[in-house]
Amino acid sequence: MGEPLNVVLFSGTDDKLQAAAVLTAGAAALGKPVNLFLQYWALDAFRADRIEQDHGLAPEAGAEGRVAVDGLRAAGQASWADTLRQAKELGGVDIEACSLSMDLLHLTPADLDPLVDGVEGVTAFYLNAGEGQVVFI
Amino acid sequence: MTLQITQTLDARGLSCPMPIVKTAQAIKTIPSGGLIEVLATDPGSVKDFAAWSRTTGNELVEQTTDSGVFRFVLRRK
Repeated sequence: MGEPLNVVLFSGTDDKLQAAAVLTAGAAALGKPVNLFLQYWALDAFRADRIEQDHGLAPEAGAEGRVAVDGLRAAGQASWADTLRQAKELGGVDIEACSLSMDLLHLTPADLDPLVDGVEGVTAFYLNAGEGQVVFI
Repeated sequence: MTLQITQTLDARGLSCPMPIVKTAQAIKTIPSGGLIEVLATDPGSVKDFAAWSRTTGNELVEQTTDSGVFRFVLRRK
């Protein structure tokens, strides 16, 4: 379905990762290719040893937001990592780590969850993005 | 005439976008022209299934609501 959706994922809190995962899965279900580019704290959340941990919420969530998010999870909402796994099963979803952020966090590809397909720089990201929209989260 | 359902997908209790994601996965397992029935409770699913059907070309054959459960029947393109 035409140009890809390109998501620059910068934030590493569970609420923003969830929002990005939902956008990704929705696009994948429509047959739209998706490129996810992981930077900074989002990349940290994709570390194999941390991906299933609690990554907290954005400051604006507050205590009330925490309760709301926990409620949805208790009702059986799929985690953001599970949502992304299902999106990848549909095909067309490519998840790349930003090479600068890999340096920043002293990571090697072996440190990352298998959800991550590879490491690339911003030039490769723009090349793959084509004329598609770029969303920053 | 009763529709000949090939497969039923119970997506009740799943939140957005899982009903659509599960449907996109499941419809690949039935033959072209086959019918899949989906049950969902996500309030966004009425508009989502209509949009998904338009975009992917899998026809929305039937849509009903019964005590908070939305039922969709789609024909695989």
